[in-house]
Amino acid sequence: MEISYFPGCTLKTKAKNLENTALPLLNLFDVKAEELEKWYCCGVSFSQAKDNLMLQLAPIRILIRAKESGNKRLLTLCDMCYNTLQRAILFIKSDEENRKKINDFMDREETEFYGDEVEVIHLLSLLKEIGLDEIKKKRTKEADDLKVAPYYGCMLLRPKEVAVDSSEDPSIMEEILASAGCKTVYYPFRTECCGSYQIVNEENIVKAQTRRIVTSASKNGADLIVLSCPLCHYNLDEVQKQIADEDENFKPVPVLYLTQLLGLTMGLDPGVNDFSAHYIDPRPVLEIKGLL
Amino acid sequence: MPADKMVISREKLKSENNEKLREISGVNVYSCYQCGNCSSGCPAVDFMDLPPHRVIRLVQLGFIEEILTANTPWICAACINCTVKCPRGVDIAGVMEGLRQIVLRKKTDHINIVEIDQKLREKLPQIALVSNFRKFVL
Repeated sequence: MEISYFPGCTLKTKAKNLENTALPLLNLFDVKAEELEKWYCCGVSFSQAKDNLMLQLAPIRILIRAKESGNKRLLTLCDMCYNTLQRAILFIKSDEENRKKINDFMDREETEFYGDEVEVIHLLSLLKEIGLDEIKKKRTKEADDLKVAPYYGCMLLRPKEVAVDSSEDPSIMEEILASAGCKTVYYPFRTECCGSYQIVNEENIVKAQTRRIVTSASKNGADLIVLSCPLCHYNLDEVQKQIADEDENFKPVPVLYLTQLLGLTMGLDPGVNDFSAHYIDPRPVLEIKGLL
Repeated sequence: MPADKMVISREKLKSENNEKLREISGVNVYSCYQCGNCSSGCPAVDFMDLPPHRVIRLVQLGFIEEILTANTPWICAACINCTVKCPRGVDIAGVMEGLRQIVLRKKTDHINIVEIDQKLREKLPQIALVSNFRKFVL
């Protein structure tokens, strides 16, 4: 299967571990993700200002590039890109007048965009579509006594119109992890916000959230936290390191991209991971559990 | 905010800011019946001067200027928990965006980009910076 692929800016710099494990993982299932020839930043955070159409141009231009690629389906690995692109589609479909204004403004674009021509799909949904049984078949390593806490955050689940699963009680990550032979732990903070962009100027909020989320995961027995959003990864990893350095009673839990863990259970070369990019080193846990 | 100093008036309800907020957010705040679900679900409520349900109440009564002296819209991280949990379908996160936009459009940015610590800037993933600027700078 071939699918168009929009990486987004962070995948090429701070979140290489996500791209470098997700694409080989998809290759295992004969899925070829074809990167769009031309792409830009999607704007990251969807603008809710209904009267400012300029803020919708970035995601719409990406969707136009996707439409021109000839492949109807567009894959994203980053939760924030996924959310922004999906909501841009909803926005343009919901109001004919706005759609026309946006297309008129971009009069140098050769392609018009109506909203239905491109289907944005997140990696998690694609994995589920490939099939839980297929994932099971690709298993090469057992990780039975590894307890994993999946972290969803916001952008995969809210608003519910774009959610990859139930926005209040999702289970898609648990299902995928179970097929890969990993035990998952349930903890109440798995769908809570990590504090997101407040990391830039209100670090205290992110610190409080990270402490709550990680403590809740570790109290429920988690050895690892897995997620798919590069911003959640930074917040839960880097800020957790700060907390651990300040408080000796705090028990750190390494944070991995879901694809890093799946790669290890499916025999991908562990060398595609750059573990030095993690603030909380996941290697000791992975070695104890026989995955490294 | 002391209750005895707040006077409801036609002027306040019809104020320019009230009109602007409706236009930007497209939200009908009058559906809200103050159940407080939004505030109980908000992960950052501890950091806010006014909890989200109070903000909506004040918008209903036309006290936009009073809300704008509170930090609430700037603490919100647009996680949309409030909107998802609202039993009346009020897009509270959309109201927060509208409140931010009212301030930003008066050429008063919430953060100064050049003041961000260089070390932090180099460490952060781009999506942190871009999304922050999208919410706090015009």
